[in-house]
Amino acid sequence: MTIDIRSGPIRLAAEHLRLAYDERVVVDDLDLELTEGSFTAIVGPNGCGKSTLLRALGRLMRPASGQVLLDGRAIARTPTREVAKVLGLLPQSPIAPEGLTVADLVARGRHPHQSWLRQWSRDDEAVVAEALAWTDMADLADRPVDALSGGQRQRAWISMALAQGTDLLLLDEPTTYLDLSHQIDVLELVGRLHAERGRTVVVVLHDLNLAARYAERLVAMKDGALVASGTPDEVLTEQLLADAFDLEARVLPDPVAGTPMVVPVRRLR
Amino acid sequence: MTARTTVRLGPVSGIVRWRQLVVPLAALALLVLLSAVSLGRGDFPIAIGDVLRTLAGLGEQAQEFIVLELRAPRIVVGLLVGLALGIAGALFQTFARNPLASPDVLGITQGASVGAVAAIVLSGGALGGLGVPVAALAGALLTGGLLFVLTWRAGIDGYRLVLIGIALWSAMAALTDWLLTNAEIHDAAAAYVWITGSLNARTWDNAVPLALSLVVLVPLALAASRVLGVLQFGDDTARGLGVRLPLAQAAVVLVAVGLVATSVAAAGPITFVALVVPQIAVRLTGGSRPPLLASGLLGAVLVVGADLVTRTLLPQALPVGILTAAIGAPYLLWLLVRGRRRSTL
Repeated sequence: MTIDIRSGPIRLAAEHLRLAYDERVVVDDLDLELTEGSFTAIVGPNGCGKSTLLRALGRLMRPASGQVLLDGRAIARTPTREVAKVLGLLPQSPIAPEGLTVADLVARGRHPHQSWLRQWSRDDEAVVAEALAWTDMADLADRPVDALSGGQRQRAWISMALAQGTDLLLLDEPTTYLDLSHQIDVLELVGRLHAERGRTVVVVLHDLNLAARYAERLVAMKDGALVASGTPDEVLTEQLLADAFDLEARVLPDPVAGTPMVVPVRRLR
Repeated sequence: MTARTTVRLGPVSGIVRWRQLVVPLAALALLVLLSAVSLGRGDFPIAIGDVLRTLAGLGEQAQEFIVLELRAPRIVVGLLVGLALGIAGALFQTFARNPLASPDVLGITQGASVGAVAAIVLSGGALGGLGVPVAALAGALLTGGLLFVLTWRAGIDGYRLVLIGIALWSAMAALTDWLLTNAEIHDAAAAYVWITGSLNARTWDNAVPLALSLVVLVPLALAASRVLGVLQFGDDTARGLGVRLPLAQAAVVLVAVGLVATSVAAAGPITFVALVVPQIAVRLTGGSRPPLLASGLLGAVLVVGADLVTRTLLPQALPVGILTAAIGAPYLLWLLVRGRRRSTL
C-alpha cells in the first residue's frame, strides 16, 4: 500500500497496530499516518474494523499491541485530559441525557479546559457562543437535545466538538440514520470545519460517493487491514471495489463535483 | 425556565442557576422548621420556647433529657440518613443514567439487612449496642464491593450495574428470609423492626459515627459533581472529553456505596428515599440530572418529616421506613407508568 506524503507534520499515526476484542483480532499490524490539515475518510465493508480503528486512534480502545502516536507521543501515555485539548471525537450515535439543552451540551465541550474553580470563564462563554452560531444552532440553544430532529441533533454534537477547540476531530459515521439531505448538511459542516477552521478531520463513512466527494484522502480497509490509501481517484477503482467490497461496479466521474462516483452492478460471490 | 447568572471572581468562575439555588435553600429552611417542630412534639409535648431554652442550656432537667438525649439524636440521625441517601441516590442515578438505580434496587441496603439480621439472629440477641450497626455496615460494604467487582469490566456500565444489582438484591433478600425463618421468634421480631428502618431509640452513639463519615463523604460527592455531568454522556464521550474513566467511575460508585453503608448502619434500611428524592429534586430544579445538594437536603426533609408524622399524627408509632415506603412505592409506579419524564415540573 502507499502512504501519501504531504507537506505538514504528522499529527496522528498508528504503528503496527493490533486491535482485538478479547481473543478476536479485528485489526492486525496496521500502519497509518495522518498529516496536519488533512481530511481523511475511512471506508470499507461492514465489519472490516474501520470503527474499531477510529476508536483506537481516539484512545477509546487500548491496542493489543503496537501504538497510536499523537504529535509523536504515545497517546496511551499522554494524560487523557491533555489529549482532549488536542483531539476531539464524536462517537457513533452518542446519547445526550434527557432534558439537556443544546447550550448545555455544547458547553460540556469545554470540560477539558475547565477546573473545579474555573467552571465558566469568559473564554468558555465566547467559544461556546461562537460554536453555536457557527453551526447554526444559536436559535435552538435552549431546546432539549432529545426534542431535536436527527439532523439538528448531529449539528449540536458537532457544535460541542467544535467548542472543545481541538485541532483534530474524529467522527464515527456521523451521517448514520440521516436522510440524504441531512447527510449532505452534516458533511458540508465537517468540510467547512476542515476548510475554514483548518481542522484535521478523520471520518468513518459508509457512503463511498459522499466520502469521495468530501474527503481529500480515502483509506480503504478490508478484514482489519488497509488495502488502499490515497486520493479518491486513486482509491476508488473498479478493481478495489471488487477486491474490498465484493462489488462489481462502474466508476464514473461525479457530474457535480468531478470526484469518482460508484455505480453498483451486482454483488460478486 | 433556565434563569442563570454567570459568576466571575478572579480565577473563580461558574454558572449559577437560580432554581438550583432556591430549591436547596427552601429545603434547608423547611428542614430547620421540621426539626424544630419535631424536637417539641411527641408523647411529651414541649413548647417551642422551652425547646429553644433547652438548646441554649437553660432548660429544666427533664426537658433537657427529652430534647437532648431522646429527640435530638433521633432527629440528627434522620436528617443525616436522609442527606446521605438523597446524595447516594443522585450519584447512582446520574452515573447509571437510570432512575431505577438506587441502593434499594441495587441490593446494597438488602446486604446491610443480611448483616444486621445475621448479627441479631445468630448471636441470639447477645450482640446488642454497636454490634448490629457494625454488622450492617459490613453487609452493605461487602454487597457494594461485590456489586463493584461483578460489574467491573475495564469500567462500569450503568445498565450492567442495574442488572447485577437486581440479582444481588434478590440473593440478599433470600438470605434475609432464610435467616428469619430459622430465628427464635423473639430475635426475629427484633430483626424485623430493624429491617423496616427505624429511628426509634437512636442515640448519639449512632449519630456521631454517621456525622463523621459524612464529613468526609459528602464533600467528596460534591467534588465529583463536575465529572458526573460528563459521565452521564456515556463512556466514549466522557473519555473523549478527557475524563479518566475507570478511575472516575470507581470513585463515584465507592463514595455512593460508602454513603449508603454508613446511613444503613445508623438507621436500618429506610427504603425509597434514595430512589424517589433525586427524581423529585430534578423535577423541582429542572436540568438534566438530579442535583446532589438539593437531593440530599430534600432527602433529609423527607426522613425528618416522615418521622415526625409517624410519631405524632399516626395512632401508632410506626418505623419511619414504612411511611417512606408508603410514599415511595406509588411514586415508583407513577414513574414507570408515566414513561419518559419531562425535565421540568
